[in-house]
Amino acid sequence: MSKSNLTRRGLIKTSAIAGAGVALPTIFTASSAAAFTNEPTGGSVTLGFNVPQTGPYADEGADELRAYELAVEHLNGGGDGGMMNTFSSKALQGNGIMGKKVEYVTGDTQTKSDAARASAKSMIEKDGAIMITGGSSSGVAVAVQGLCQEAGVIFMAGLTHSNDTTGKDKKANGFRHFFNAYMSGAALAPVLQSLYGSDRKAYHLTADYTWGWTQEESIVASTEALGWETVNTVKTPLAATDFSSYIAPVLNSGADVLVLNHYGGNMVNSLTNAVQFGLREKEVNGKNFEIVVPLYSRLMARGAGENVKGIHGSTNWHWSLTDDASKAFVKSFGEKYGFPPSQAAHTCYCQTLLYADAVTRAGSFNPCAVGEALEGFEFDGLGNGKTLYRAEDHQCFKDVLVVRGKENPTSEFDLLEVVEVTPAAQVTYEPDHPMFAGGELGACNPGA
Amino acid sequence: MLGLNKRDFSLLLIVAVLALGAPFILNPFPTDSAMAQFNAGYPDLMQRFAIYGIFAIGFNILFGLTGYLSFGHAAFLGVGSYSAVWMFKLLSMNVIPAILLSVIVAGLFALLIGFISLRRSGIYFAILTLAFAQMSFNLAYSVLTPITNGETGLQLTLDDPRILGVSRTADGSIPVTNLFGMEMREFSTLNVGHWSFDFSVGYYVCAVLMLLSFYIAIRIFRSPFGMMLRAIKSNNTRMTYTGLNARPYALAAFVISGMYAGLAGGLLASMDPLAGAERMQWTASGEVVLMTILGGAGTLIGPVLGAGFIKYFENIFSKINDSVLHSWFSFMPDGIENLLVTLVHPFVGKGWHLTLGLLFMLVVIFLPGGLVEGGQRIARLFRRKKPDDAKKSTQSTPAE
Repeated sequence: MSKSNLTRRGLIKTSAIAGAGVALPTIFTASSAAAFTNEPTGGSVTLGFNVPQTGPYADEGADELRAYELAVEHLNGGGDGGMMNTFSSKALQGNGIMGKKVEYVTGDTQTKSDAARASAKSMIEKDGAIMITGGSSSGVAVAVQGLCQEAGVIFMAGLTHSNDTTGKDKKANGFRHFFNAYMSGAALAPVLQSLYGSDRKAYHLTADYTWGWTQEESIVASTEALGWETVNTVKTPLAATDFSSYIAPVLNSGADVLVLNHYGGNMVNSLTNAVQFGLREKEVNGKNFEIVVPLYSRLMARGAGENVKGIHGSTNWHWSLTDDASKAFVKSFGEKYGFPPSQAAHTCYCQTLLYADAVTRAGSFNPCAVGEALEGFEFDGLGNGKTLYRAEDHQCFKDVLVVRGKENPTSEFDLLEVVEVTPAAQVTYEPDHPMFAGGELGACNPGA
Repeated sequence: MLGLNKRDFSLLLIVAVLALGAPFILNPFPTDSAMAQFNAGYPDLMQRFAIYGIFAIGFNILFGLTGYLSFGHAAFLGVGSYSAVWMFKLLSMNVIPAILLSVIVAGLFALLIGFISLRRSGIYFAILTLAFAQMSFNLAYSVLTPITNGETGLQLTLDDPRILGVSRTADGSIPVTNLFGMEMREFSTLNVGHWSFDFSVGYYVCAVLMLLSFYIAIRIFRSPFGMMLRAIKSNNTRMTYTGLNARPYALAAFVISGMYAGLAGGLLASMDPLAGAERMQWTASGEVVLMTILGGAGTLIGPVLGAGFIKYFENIFSKINDSVLHSWFSFMPDGIENLLVTLVHPFVGKGWHLTLGLLFMLVVIFLPGGLVEGGQRIARLFRRKKPDDAKKSTQSTPAE
C-alpha cells in the first residue's frame, strides 16, 4: 500500500475505536451464580451422547446410541427396567435422576478429535448437558475427556480400550467402565500359550493412534513373557480400508502368528485381506499360521463373516452370558430393537446407569460429588460379576472374556463363543504400573 | 475514515455491528421454544464463525484476487494450531505469543510452499498445493508423532514445562488460555425474558481480530498491490509480456493468505488448546474453497458469509436426530408422522453433508456470484429506480 493518509486526528480516532474494542469484553466478565457447570434447575436433566455416526466406527456408534436410548427409557421408568432390576445398588427408582426427567442430545464425533470436541462443546454450551458420554475411539475419548475436565462436567467413557484413557491421560472428571489393552494381554496370554505353545514368532499390524500403540505394547509384553518373539510391528493409518500392502510382507517375514491390533471396520478389512492372502492355510516353521485379534466384538465378527472362525480374542462382555443381569439386558434390548446388543452397547448402558446411580447416592449433580460417589464404588449385577471402580485411576476392574469365532454359528448373531472367563484378580495391576505411568488425575473440576 | 472510502467504511461498519452484536443476532428464538434448536449463539459456534471467517477472508485474498486456486490451505491452519499449542506448552498461557508464533510459522511455511508451487499455474498449482498439504497431513499423522501426537492430537498436560506461568494451578488442574488474565472460556449470560444471550471473552477476542483482518483485507483490495493481483488474474501472460515479473506479487499474496490461515489456526488452538492432524486433511482444504465460492469469491464479505453458512450446517443440522424430528411432527397422525420423519431423516443428523451439497449446487447453478449475488439481486428488487447505483455496488468478480 503506497498511499497513506495518516493524520493526527485519524490516529486518535483509530486508537479510540481500537481501545473501545479491546475494552469491550471486560464489561461482561461478571461470574455467574451457579455452583457448577449446567446445574439442572428445571424438571429435567440433559445428558450428552457423543458417538461416531460416520467413519470406521459408525456401526459401534449406532449400537451405542441404541443402548443410550434404552437406558434413558429405563431411567425414566419406561420399558421393563432392564439391568436396573439386577443392579446391586437400589438407589434408582425409575423416576428419572433424583426426580428429574432424563432428556438427551446426540452428536457425531466423526471419529475425529476435533469434531468430537466441537460436538461435546456445543452440548455443554448450548444444550446444557451435565454429563457427556460415548466415543468409540480412544483418541476421541482422550480428547473429549480433556475437554470435560476443562469445562467441569463428568465424562463417562464409552468404548475406549487404550491404556492411556485411565493411564497417562486420566482425568479427575473422567470414568471408564470398559476394560483396557493391558487386561486383554493378561487375559489372552495364558490361552494363547496353551493353544499355540511358547515358541512363536509374532508380527503386529497396529492402528496408528493411542489405542493401537498401547494395545501393541501390552500384547508384545505379555506374549514375550511367554517366550514368543516379536518379528516386526507395523503401524497402519486409521482411515485405511485396504491392507493388502501391509499383509504381503508378513508372508516373507518368517512370522507364524499375525496379531491384528485393529478394531471396527479396520479389523474387518485387515482380517479379510489376511484370509484372502491364504495366511490361515500356510505353514511356517513347521506350525500352522495363526491370527489373533486381541479386541473382538460381535459387530466386527459379523462384518468379517466366515473369516473369524477359530480366531481368538478378548471382549468386555458378550450377549450369550447366562447371568441374570446379562439375560435381563439382552431381553429388553432385543425386545426394543430385534437383535442382541454388542459389547459397546453394554458398556454405554452400564455407564449411564452408573452415572445416574452415583448422582442419586451423592444427592447432587455436582461433578465433584458424583466423582466421589463413583470412586471406590463396588457393585454387581451389571453383567460382569463383581466390579470395582478404582479410586486411583477411575478404571473398572472386572472379569475379562476370552472368545473365539464359532465354527458352526446357529444364527447371524451367534458368532462368538466364550472360551474362558479370566477372573478380575488376574488382570488387575498396580495404579503405578509402567504402562499406565506418567499421568495424574488432578483435582475434580466443577466448572463455573 | 480509516483510509477507506465511504462505501467500504459503511461495509466495515456493518460487519462490525454484525460481529459485535452476534450474541443477540444468532439467538433469535426463546430458549424454551422448539425453535431453540436453531439458535447458534453459543460461544463455541460463534468463535468458529469468526475464526473460519478469518480463514476464508485470507483464502479470498489469494483466490479472489489472483485466481490461484490453492487446494492445500488447511496445512497452514494446522501448522498455526500446532505452533500455538506448543507455545502454550512451553512459554505461557497468554494467547498473544501463541497467535504471533502461529502467524509467523504459517507465513514461513507458506513462503516455502508458495515458492515451489507458484512455478506453475492453474490446475498444476492446485495439485501441487494439494500434494504439499496431504504430505503435511501424513507427516503430522504418523511421521512427526513426537511433535504432533498423531491421531490423538496435541494436548496440554499437567507437567508441561511452562517458562512464564505455572505447570498447574493451585487446585491441581491445567491452567486455561487467557489474554492478560481474561480467561478465553469465561462467559456471562444475560437473561431477558425467555431469551438468554451468552457473551464470551473468547468470542470477542476472535471478533476483534476478525474485524482487523477484514479491515486489512479491504485495504489490500483497494491498494495498487491489489490492482496488480487482479491483473495477474485477468491475464498473467500479458503481464509477463509487458515486462513485469508477476511471481513476487503472487508469492506475496500467497504468504499473506497463509498468514491469515495461521492466525485462524492459532485462534482455534487458543479457544480450545488441542491441535489434531485432521485439521490439515484435504477435506479441510476443500471446505475453505467451498466457503469462498458459496459466499462469493472476490467479494469482500462473501467468504465470511460462506464460512458462517457452512459452520452453521455442520453444527446445527448435524444435531437434529430422530427424536427431535418426532417431536416436530408429533401433532400429525402416527402414519404421516413416521413417513415425514423417514423422508427428512437422510437430510439431517449425519446426513447434513447431503443438504449442504444440494444447497451448494443450487447456489453455484443459480447464483454464480455466491450468496453476495443473492443479496444484490434482492437489493435490486427494492431499488429498481436507480439501476446505476445497483451496478456500482457490486464488487463481485465471479470465480473463473
